[in-house]
Amino acid sequence: MDEVLRVENLHKHFGALHVLRGIDLAVRKSETIVIIGASGSGKSTLLRCLNFLEMPNEGRITMEGKLVGRETRKPGVMSYSTRELNALRARVGMVFQQFNLFPHMTVEGNVMIGPMKLRGMSEAAARKLAEENLQRVGILEKAKEYPARLSGGQQQRVAIARALAMEPSMMLFDEATSALDPELVGEVLLSMRRLSDEGMTMLVVTHELGFAYNVADRVIFIENGQVHEEGTPQEVLLNPKQERTREFLRSHTLFRLPEAAS
Amino acid sequence: MGHEWDFAFLLEQRQFILRGLMGTLYLSLTCIGAGVALGLVFATARLSSFAPLRLIGTCYVEFFRNIPALVQIFWCYFALPILTGMQPSVFIAAATAISLYAGAYLTEILRSGIQSIEMGQWEAARAMGFGYFGQMRYVVLPQALRNVVPPLTNQIMEIVKTTTVASTIAYGEILYSAKLLSDQEFRPIETYTAVGLFFIVALTLLSFASNLLERRLRCYG
Repeated sequence: MDEVLRVENLHKHFGALHVLRGIDLAVRKSETIVIIGASGSGKSTLLRCLNFLEMPNEGRITMEGKLVGRETRKPGVMSYSTRELNALRARVGMVFQQFNLFPHMTVEGNVMIGPMKLRGMSEAAARKLAEENLQRVGILEKAKEYPARLSGGQQQRVAIARALAMEPSMMLFDEATSALDPELVGEVLLSMRRLSDEGMTMLVVTHELGFAYNVADRVIFIENGQVHEEGTPQEVLLNPKQERTREFLRSHTLFRLPEAAS
Repeated sequence: MGHEWDFAFLLEQRQFILRGLMGTLYLSLTCIGAGVALGLVFATARLSSFAPLRLIGTCYVEFFRNIPALVQIFWCYFALPILTGMQPSVFIAAATAISLYAGAYLTEILRSGIQSIEMGQWEAARAMGFGYFGQMRYVVLPQALRNVVPPLTNQIMEIVKTTTVASTIAYGEILYSAKLLSDQEFRPIETYTAVGLFFIVALTLLSFASNLLERRLRCYG
Protein backbone atom coordinates (compact mmCIF):
# COMPACT_ATOMS: atom_id res chain seq x y z
CA MET A 1 0.00 0.00 0.00
CA ASP A 2 1.61 3.13 -1.26
CA GLU A 3 -0.74 5.84 -0.04
CA VAL A 4 -0.55 6.84 3.62
CA LEU A 5 -3.13 9.59 3.61
CA ARG A 6 -5.92 10.76 1.33
CA VAL A 7 -7.98 13.87 2.01
CA GLU A 8 -11.08 14.61 -0.02
CA ASN A 9 -13.03 17.84 -0.05
CA LEU A 10 -12.12 18.86 3.50
CA HIS A 11 -14.03 21.78 5.01
CA LYS A 12 -13.60 23.50 8.36
CA HIS A 13 -15.61 26.37 9.78
CA PHE A 14 -14.93 28.37 12.91
CA GLY A 15 -18.35 29.90 13.42
CA ALA A 16 -18.96 32.13 10.41
CA LEU A 17 -15.34 31.82 9.30
CA HIS A 18 -14.84 29.29 6.51
CA VAL A 19 -11.17 28.35 7.03
CA LEU A 20 -10.79 25.26 4.84
CA ARG A 21 -12.79 25.32 1.61
CA GLY A 22 -12.50 21.91 0.06
CA ILE A 23 -8.96 20.59 0.36
CA ASP A 24 -7.90 17.53 -1.63
CA LEU A 25 -4.58 15.93 -0.88
CA ALA A 26 -2.88 12.57 -1.26
CA VAL A 27 0.33 11.65 0.56
CA ARG A 28 2.40 8.69 -0.56
CA LYS A 29 4.64 6.69 1.74
CA SER A 30 8.05 8.28 2.42
CA GLU A 31 6.98 11.52 0.80
CA THR A 32 7.84 14.89 2.34
CA ILE A 33 5.29 17.55 1.56
CA VAL A 34 5.83 21.16 2.55
CA ILE A 35 2.78 23.36 2.94
CA ILE A 36 3.32 27.10 2.57
CA GLY A 37 0.97 30.03 2.65
CA ALA A 38 0.24 33.30 4.39
CA SER A 39 -0.90 33.56 8.01
CA GLY A 40 -4.58 32.75 8.24
CA SER A 41 -4.57 30.85 4.94
CA GLY A 42 -5.59 27.67 6.79
CA LYS A 43 -2.36 25.67 6.60
CA SER A 44 -2.11 25.02 10.36
CA THR A 45 -5.82 24.23 10.54
CA LEU A 46 -5.36 21.68 7.75
CA LEU A 47 -2.59 19.96 9.71
CA ARG A 48 -4.66 19.99 12.92
CA CYS A 49 -7.61 18.46 11.08
CA LEU A 50 -5.45 15.56 9.93
CA ASN A 51 -4.99 14.26 13.48
CA PHE A 52 -8.35 15.62 14.60
CA LEU A 53 -7.12 18.22 17.07
CA GLU A 54 -9.69 20.18 15.10
CA MET A 55 -12.77 18.37 13.90
CA PRO A 56 -13.38 18.75 10.17
CA ASN A 57 -16.94 19.80 9.39
CA GLU A 58 -17.02 18.00 6.07
CA GLY A 59 -14.83 15.75 3.99
CA ARG A 60 -13.31 12.29 4.01
CA ILE A 61 -9.94 11.39 5.46
CA THR A 62 -8.45 8.00 4.63
CA MET A 63 -5.48 6.82 6.71
CA GLU A 64 -3.47 3.87 5.40
CA GLY A 65 -6.34 2.77 3.18
CA LYS A 66 -8.93 2.95 5.94
CA LEU A 67 -11.66 5.59 5.94
CA VAL A 68 -11.73 7.47 9.25
CA GLY A 69 -15.16 7.79 10.87
CA ARG A 70 -18.53 6.77 9.54
CA GLU A 71 -20.74 8.41 6.95
CA THR A 72 -23.76 10.19 8.35
CA ARG A 73 -26.98 10.88 6.51
CA LYS A 74 -25.67 14.26 5.37
CA PRO A 75 -23.38 13.70 2.40
CA GLY A 76 -19.70 14.33 3.19
CA VAL A 77 -20.30 14.78 6.93
CA MET A 78 -18.66 12.09 9.07
CA SER A 79 -19.10 11.02 12.67
CA TYR A 80 -16.08 9.88 14.63
CA SER A 81 -15.70 7.74 17.73
CA THR A 82 -13.33 8.93 20.44
CA ARG A 83 -11.67 5.55 20.54
CA GLU A 84 -10.96 5.54 16.82
CA LEU A 85 -9.50 9.05 16.97
CA ASN A 86 -7.23 8.20 19.92
CA ALA A 87 -5.92 5.18 18.02
CA LEU A 88 -5.38 7.30 14.92
CA ARG A 89 -3.54 10.02 16.83
CA ALA A 90 -1.15 7.41 18.20
CA ARG A 91 -0.19 6.60 14.61
CA VAL A 92 0.29 10.22 13.55
CA GLY A 93 3.15 12.10 15.21
CA MET A 94 2.76 15.83 15.74
CA VAL A 95 5.36 18.49 16.48
CA PHE A 96 4.10 21.87 17.67
CA GLN A 97 5.38 25.39 17.29
CA GLN A 98 5.63 25.72 21.09
CA PHE A 99 7.23 22.26 21.65
CA ASN A 100 4.76 21.45 24.45
CA LEU A 101 7.15 19.14 26.27
CA PHE A 102 5.88 17.91 29.64
CA PRO A 103 7.86 20.03 32.14
CA HIS A 104 7.40 17.63 35.06
CA MET A 105 9.15 14.76 33.28
CA THR A 106 12.76 14.37 32.25
CA VAL A 107 13.65 14.38 28.57
CA GLU A 108 13.72 10.60 28.69
CA GLY A 109 10.43 10.50 30.59
CA ASN A 110 8.79 12.64 27.91
CA VAL A 111 9.79 10.13 25.26
CA MET A 112 8.93 7.05 27.36
CA ILE A 113 5.45 7.98 28.56
CA GLY A 114 3.66 7.32 25.25
CA PRO A 115 5.16 3.90 24.54
CA MET A 116 4.63 2.82 28.17
CA LYS A 117 1.09 4.03 28.73
CA LEU A 118 -0.31 3.75 25.22
CA ARG A 119 1.58 0.86 23.70
CA GLY A 120 1.94 -1.15 26.90
CA MET A 121 5.72 -1.28 26.68
CA SER A 122 7.82 -2.21 29.70
CA GLU A 123 9.92 0.51 31.29
CA ALA A 124 13.15 -1.10 30.08
CA ALA A 125 11.93 -1.44 26.51
CA ALA A 126 10.59 2.11 26.52
CA ARG A 127 13.92 3.41 27.82
CA LYS A 128 15.77 1.64 25.04
CA LEU A 129 13.35 3.04 22.48
CA ALA A 130 13.74 6.52 23.97
CA GLU A 131 17.52 6.27 23.74
CA GLU A 132 17.34 5.24 20.09
CA ASN A 133 15.08 8.13 19.20
CA LEU A 134 16.99 10.70 21.23
CA GLN A 135 20.08 9.49 19.41
CA ARG A 136 18.26 9.99 16.11
CA VAL A 137 17.82 13.70 16.82
CA GLY A 138 21.26 13.96 18.41
CA ILE A 139 20.25 14.79 21.97
CA LEU A 140 20.85 11.59 23.92
CA GLU A 141 23.28 13.32 26.31
CA LYS A 142 20.38 15.35 27.75
CA ALA A 143 18.23 12.29 28.54
CA LYS A 144 18.21 12.87 32.32
CA GLU A 145 17.66 16.65 32.20
CA TYR A 146 14.35 18.43 32.64
CA PRO A 147 13.05 20.36 29.60
CA ALA A 148 13.43 23.73 31.35
CA ARG A 149 17.21 23.33 31.26
CA LEU A 150 17.29 22.94 27.47
CA SER A 151 17.44 25.51 24.69
CA GLY A 152 14.46 25.91 22.38
CA GLY A 153 16.18 23.97 19.61
CA GLN A 154 17.01 21.11 21.97
CA GLN A 155 13.45 21.07 23.32
CA GLN A 156 12.04 20.87 19.82
CA ARG A 157 14.33 17.96 18.96
CA VAL A 158 13.12 16.16 22.10
CA ALA A 159 9.56 16.81 20.94
CA ILE A 160 10.45 15.17 17.62
CA ALA A 161 11.91 12.17 19.46
CA ARG A 162 8.79 11.96 21.62
CA ALA A 163 6.61 11.74 18.52
CA LEU A 164 8.97 9.25 16.84
CA ALA A 165 8.87 6.91 19.83
CA MET A 166 5.24 6.18 19.01
CA GLU A 167 6.56 4.81 15.70
CA PRO A 168 4.06 6.80 13.67
CA SER A 169 3.27 6.14 10.03
CA MET A 170 3.29 9.87 9.38
CA MET A 171 4.68 13.00 11.03
CA LEU A 172 3.08 16.44 11.07
CA PHE A 173 5.21 19.53 11.74
CA ASP A 174 3.24 22.67 12.60
CA GLU A 175 5.66 25.57 12.18
CA ALA A 176 8.22 23.65 14.21
CA THR A 177 10.88 26.36 13.94
CA SER A 178 8.77 29.53 14.14
CA ALA A 179 9.26 30.01 17.89
CA LEU A 180 13.02 29.49 17.79
CA ASP A 181 15.90 31.96 17.90
CA PRO A 182 17.34 32.22 14.38
CA GLU A 183 20.56 30.45 15.35
CA LEU A 184 18.65 27.43 16.70
CA VAL A 185 16.53 26.92 13.60
CA GLY A 186 19.24 25.02 11.72
CA GLU A 187 19.64 22.13 14.16
CA VAL A 188 15.91 21.40 14.10
CA LEU A 189 15.68 21.62 10.30
CA LEU A 190 18.66 19.30 10.07
CA SER A 191 16.94 16.70 12.26
CA MET A 192 13.85 17.00 10.09
CA ARG A 193 15.90 16.59 6.94
CA ARG A 194 17.50 13.40 8.32
CA LEU A 195 14.07 12.00 9.04
CA SER A 196 12.97 12.79 5.53
CA ASP A 197 16.09 11.09 4.16
CA GLU A 198 15.34 8.03 6.32
CA GLY A 199 12.05 7.74 4.49
CA MET A 200 9.61 9.12 7.06
CA THR A 201 6.34 10.35 5.58
CA MET A 202 6.14 14.03 6.53
CA LEU A 203 3.75 16.93 6.21
CA VAL A 204 5.53 20.14 7.08
CA VAL A 205 3.96 23.56 7.57
CA THR A 206 6.79 26.08 7.55
CA HIS A 207 7.98 29.50 6.46
CA GLU A 208 11.46 28.15 5.73
CA LEU A 209 11.45 28.26 1.96
CA GLY A 210 15.04 27.03 1.81
CA PHE A 211 14.00 23.88 3.64
CA ALA A 212 11.05 23.48 1.31
CA TYR A 213 13.29 23.81 -1.73
CA ASN A 214 15.95 21.39 -0.49
CA VAL A 215 13.90 18.73 1.29
CA ALA A 216 10.36 18.65 -0.07
CA ASP A 217 9.23 16.20 -2.72
CA ARG A 218 6.20 18.36 -3.27
CA VAL A 219 5.25 21.88 -2.24
CA ILE A 220 1.67 22.98 -1.71
CA PHE A 221 0.71 26.64 -1.62
CA ILE A 222 -2.47 27.22 0.32
CA GLU A 223 -4.46 30.40 -0.11
CA ASN A 224 -7.85 31.21 1.32
CA GLY A 225 -8.47 27.64 2.49
CA GLN A 226 -7.80 26.01 -0.85
CA VAL A 227 -4.84 24.39 -2.60
CA HIS A 228 -3.84 27.27 -4.85
CA GLU A 229 -0.78 25.74 -6.44
CA GLU A 230 0.97 22.41 -6.13
CA GLY A 231 4.06 20.84 -7.63
CA THR A 232 7.75 20.09 -7.22
CA PRO A 233 9.82 22.66 -5.29
CA GLN A 234 11.30 23.85 -8.60
CA GLU A 235 7.86 24.41 -10.08
CA VAL A 236 6.19 26.10 -7.13
CA LEU A 237 9.09 28.01 -5.62
CA LEU A 238 11.06 28.99 -8.71
CA ASN A 239 8.50 29.06 -11.52
CA PRO A 240 5.12 29.66 -9.89
CA LYS A 241 2.23 29.78 -12.32
CA GLN A 242 -0.20 31.67 -10.13
CA GLU A 243 0.10 35.40 -9.52
CA ARG A 244 -0.82 35.02 -5.80
CA THR A 245 1.99 32.48 -5.34
CA ARG A 246 4.48 34.84 -6.99
CA GLU A 247 3.33 37.67 -4.72
CA PHE A 248 3.71 35.48 -1.61
CA LEU A 249 7.20 34.36 -2.63
CA ARG A 250 8.30 37.92 -3.44
CA SER A 251 7.33 39.12 0.03
CA HIS A 252 9.33 36.24 1.53
CA THR A 253 12.48 36.94 -0.48
CA LEU A 254 12.45 40.72 -0.45
CA PHE A 255 15.82 40.97 1.28
CA ARG A 256 18.55 38.46 0.52
CA LEU A 257 22.26 38.24 1.12
CA PRO A 258 24.35 38.33 -2.04
CA GLU A 259 26.34 35.16 -2.81
CA ALA A 260 29.82 35.50 -1.31
CA ALA A 261 32.60 35.49 -3.89
CA SER A 262 34.59 32.30 -3.40
CA MET B 1 -4.19 36.10 89.25
CA GLY B 2 -1.90 33.66 90.97
CA HIS B 3 -2.66 30.59 88.89
CA GLU B 4 -0.21 27.80 89.46
CA TRP B 5 0.38 26.06 86.16
CA ASP B 6 0.48 22.31 86.45
CA PHE B 7 0.55 20.09 83.39
CA ALA B 8 1.44 16.91 85.30
CA PHE B 9 -2.09 15.45 85.17
CA LEU B 10 -1.92 15.46 81.38
CA LEU B 11 0.91 12.96 81.52
CA GLU B 12 -1.03 10.73 83.88
CA GLN B 13 -3.99 10.78 81.50
CA ARG B 14 -1.88 10.19 78.42
CA GLN B 15 -3.83 7.08 77.36
CA PHE B 16 -7.00 9.13 77.36
CA ILE B 17 -5.37 12.00 75.46
CA LEU B 18 -3.85 9.62 72.96
CA ARG B 19 -7.28 8.27 72.16
CA GLY B 20 -8.42 11.82 71.41
CA LEU B 21 -5.37 12.39 69.22
CA MET B 22 -6.12 9.25 67.28
CA GLY B 23 -9.71 10.43 66.85
CA THR B 24 -8.50 13.74 65.41
CA LEU B 25 -6.01 11.98 63.16
CA TYR B 26 -8.54 9.44 61.93
CA LEU B 27 -11.21 12.02 61.17
CA SER B 28 -8.71 14.41 59.56
CA LEU B 29 -7.27 11.80 57.21
CA THR B 30 -10.74 10.59 56.22
CA CYS B 31 -11.93 14.12 55.48
CA ILE B 32 -8.75 15.05 53.59
CA GLY B 33 -8.96 11.91 51.46
CA ALA B 34 -12.68 12.19 50.78
CA GLY B 35 -12.44 15.96 50.33
CA VAL B 36 -9.69 15.70 47.71
CA ALA B 37 -11.60 12.97 45.89
CA LEU B 38 -14.77 15.10 45.89
CA GLY B 39 -12.70 18.09 44.82
CA LEU B 40 -11.26 16.21 41.85
CA VAL B 41 -14.64 14.95 40.72
CA PHE B 42 -16.37 18.32 40.99
CA ALA B 43 -13.43 20.32 39.60
CA THR B 44 -13.57 18.08 36.53
CA ALA B 45 -17.33 18.62 36.37
CA ARG B 46 -16.90 22.39 36.60
CA LEU B 47 -14.45 22.33 33.69
CA SER B 48 -16.56 20.02 31.55
CA SER B 49 -17.64 21.09 28.09
CA PHE B 50 -21.06 19.63 28.96
CA ALA B 51 -23.17 22.42 30.49
CA PRO B 52 -25.31 20.28 32.86
CA LEU B 53 -22.15 18.88 34.47
CA ARG B 54 -20.79 22.39 34.94
CA LEU B 55 -24.07 23.37 36.61
CA ILE B 56 -23.88 20.40 38.99
CA GLY B 57 -20.31 21.38 39.92
CA THR B 58 -21.30 24.99 40.56
CA CYS B 59 -24.33 23.99 42.63
CA TYR B 60 -22.21 21.66 44.76
CA VAL B 61 -19.66 24.37 45.50
CA GLU B 62 -22.17 27.12 46.24
CA PHE B 63 -24.30 24.84 48.42
CA PHE B 64 -21.70 23.27 50.67
CA ARG B 65 -19.28 26.17 50.79
CA ASN B 66 -21.91 28.54 52.13
CA ILE B 67 -23.30 26.49 54.99
CA PRO B 68 -21.22 26.66 58.19
CA ALA B 69 -19.49 23.35 58.98
CA LEU B 70 -21.19 23.22 62.41
CA VAL B 71 -24.64 23.55 60.81
CA GLN B 72 -23.83 20.74 58.37
CA ILE B 73 -22.72 18.45 61.17
CA PHE B 74 -25.88 19.16 63.19
CA TRP B 75 -27.96 18.59 60.09
CA CYS B 76 -26.31 15.24 59.34
CA TYR B 77 -26.53 14.10 62.94
CA PHE B 78 -29.87 15.48 64.14
CA ALA B 79 -31.97 16.28 61.04
CA LEU B 80 -31.05 13.55 58.58
CA PRO B 81 -32.06 10.64 60.90
CA ILE B 82 -35.56 12.08 61.25
CA LEU B 83 -35.90 12.29 57.47
CA THR B 84 -34.41 8.89 56.68
CA GLY B 85 -35.06 6.94 59.85
CA MET B 86 -31.37 5.94 60.01
CA GLN B 87 -29.08 7.30 62.68
CA PRO B 88 -25.48 7.69 61.46
CA SER B 89 -22.67 7.21 63.96
CA VAL B 90 -20.99 10.37 65.19
CA PHE B 91 -17.97 9.54 63.06
CA ILE B 92 -20.02 9.04 59.86
CA ALA B 93 -21.99 12.22 60.48
CA ALA B 94 -18.89 14.31 61.18
CA ALA B 95 -16.85 12.81 58.32
CA THR B 96 -19.66 13.29 55.80
CA ALA B 97 -20.34 16.88 56.79
CA ILE B 98 -16.70 17.99 56.97
CA SER B 99 -15.75 16.16 53.74
CA LEU B 100 -18.58 17.79 51.78
CA TYR B 101 -17.71 21.16 53.27
CA ALA B 102 -13.98 20.86 52.57
CA GLY B 103 -14.63 19.29 49.16
CA ALA B 104 -16.35 22.48 48.02
CA TYR B 105 -13.23 24.53 48.79
CA LEU B 106 -10.94 21.87 47.32
CA THR B 107 -13.01 21.88 44.12
CA GLU B 108 -12.17 25.52 43.60
CA ILE B 109 -8.48 25.05 44.42
CA LEU B 110 -8.11 22.10 42.05
CA ARG B 111 -10.11 23.83 39.34
CA SER B 112 -7.79 26.82 39.42
CA GLY B 113 -4.80 24.46 39.35
CA ILE B 114 -6.07 22.56 36.35
CA GLN B 115 -6.90 25.82 34.57
CA SER B 116 -3.35 27.06 35.15
CA ILE B 117 -2.05 24.42 32.75
CA GLU B 118 -1.82 25.68 29.19
CA MET B 119 -3.89 24.15 26.40
CA GLY B 120 -0.70 23.03 24.66
CA GLN B 121 -0.11 20.41 27.35
CA TRP B 122 -3.54 18.85 26.82
CA GLU B 123 -3.01 19.02 23.08
CA ALA B 124 0.41 17.41 23.13
CA ALA B 125 -0.98 14.50 25.15
CA ARG B 126 -4.05 14.23 22.95
CA ALA B 127 -1.90 14.27 19.81
CA MET B 128 0.04 11.29 21.20
CA GLY B 129 -3.18 9.32 21.53
CA PHE B 130 -4.04 9.81 25.20
CA GLY B 131 -7.76 9.99 25.98
CA TYR B 132 -9.20 12.44 28.49
CA PHE B 133 -8.21 10.41 31.56
CA GLY B 134 -4.70 9.79 30.27
CA GLN B 135 -4.22 13.48 29.56
CA MET B 136 -5.45 14.31 33.05
CA ARG B 137 -3.64 11.55 34.91
CA TYR B 138 -0.18 11.75 33.34
CA VAL B 139 0.15 15.29 32.07
CA VAL B 140 -2.24 17.86 33.54
CA LEU B 141 -2.90 16.73 37.11
CA PRO B 142 0.74 16.25 38.19
CA GLN B 143 1.49 19.80 37.06
CA ALA B 144 -1.75 21.23 38.43
CA LEU B 145 -1.13 19.74 41.88
CA ARG B 146 2.38 21.15 41.91
CA ASN B 147 0.95 24.60 41.19
CA VAL B 148 -1.55 24.45 44.04
CA VAL B 149 0.62 23.10 46.88
CA PRO B 150 0.34 26.33 48.94
CA PRO B 151 -3.46 26.77 48.79
CA LEU B 152 -3.88 23.00 49.11
CA THR B 153 -1.82 23.04 52.31
CA ASN B 154 -3.90 25.91 53.65
CA GLN B 155 -7.08 23.97 53.03
CA ILE B 156 -5.74 20.79 54.61
CA MET B 157 -4.77 22.76 57.72
CA GLU B 158 -8.26 24.20 57.74
CA ILE B 159 -9.75 20.68 57.59
CA VAL B 160 -7.64 19.51 60.53
CA LYS B 161 -8.86 22.46 62.62
CA THR B 162 -12.47 22.00 61.52
CA THR B 163 -12.48 18.45 62.95
CA THR B 164 -12.74 20.04 66.43
CA VAL B 165 -16.31 20.96 65.53
CA ALA B 166 -17.12 17.23 65.73
CA SER B 167 -16.73 17.50 69.53
CA THR B 168 -20.17 19.12 69.58
CA ILE B 169 -21.81 15.81 68.71
CA ALA B 170 -19.51 13.97 71.15
CA TYR B 171 -17.12 12.46 68.61
CA GLY B 172 -14.00 11.50 70.58
CA GLU B 173 -11.37 13.76 69.07
CA ILE B 174 -8.82 15.88 70.89
CA LEU B 175 -11.09 18.76 71.91
CA TYR B 176 -13.75 16.39 73.22
CA SER B 177 -11.15 14.52 75.29
CA ALA B 178 -9.86 17.84 76.58
CA LYS B 179 -13.32 18.97 77.61
CA LEU B 180 -13.95 15.77 79.58
CA LEU B 181 -10.54 15.97 81.17
CA SER B 182 -10.85 19.61 82.11
CA ASP B 183 -14.27 19.01 83.71
CA GLN B 184 -12.87 16.11 85.68
CA GLU B 185 -9.66 17.79 86.83
CA PHE B 186 -10.99 21.36 87.11
CA ARG B 187 -8.06 22.56 85.03
CA PRO B 188 -9.42 24.26 81.89
CA ILE B 189 -6.41 26.58 81.57
CA GLU B 190 -3.85 23.81 81.19
CA THR B 191 -6.09 21.53 79.13
CA TYR B 192 -7.14 24.06 76.49
CA THR B 193 -3.65 25.54 76.38
CA ALA B 194 -2.36 22.05 75.65
CA VAL B 195 -4.95 21.60 72.87
CA GLY B 196 -3.88 24.91 71.33
CA LEU B 197 -0.23 23.92 71.56
CA PHE B 198 -0.97 20.57 69.96
CA PHE B 199 -2.51 22.25 66.91
CA ILE B 200 0.35 24.73 66.66
CA VAL B 201 2.92 21.95 66.67
CA ALA B 202 1.02 19.61 64.31
CA LEU B 203 0.15 22.28 61.77
CA THR B 204 3.59 23.88 61.85
CA LEU B 205 5.05 20.48 61.00
CA LEU B 206 2.53 20.15 58.19
CA SER B 207 3.37 23.53 56.69
CA PHE B 208 7.07 22.76 57.07
CA ALA B 209 6.59 19.54 55.11
CA SER B 210 4.60 21.43 52.48
CA ASN B 211 7.39 24.02 52.05
CA LEU B 212 9.88 21.21 51.65
CA LEU B 213 7.68 19.57 49.03
CA GLU B 214 7.24 22.86 47.20
CA ARG B 215 10.98 23.40 47.04
CA ARG B 216 11.64 19.87 45.85
CA LEU B 217 9.05 20.17 43.12
CA ARG B 218 10.43 23.48 41.95
CA CYS B 219 13.86 22.17 41.01
CA TYR B 220 12.63 21.05 37.61
CA GLY B 221 10.36 24.05 36.94
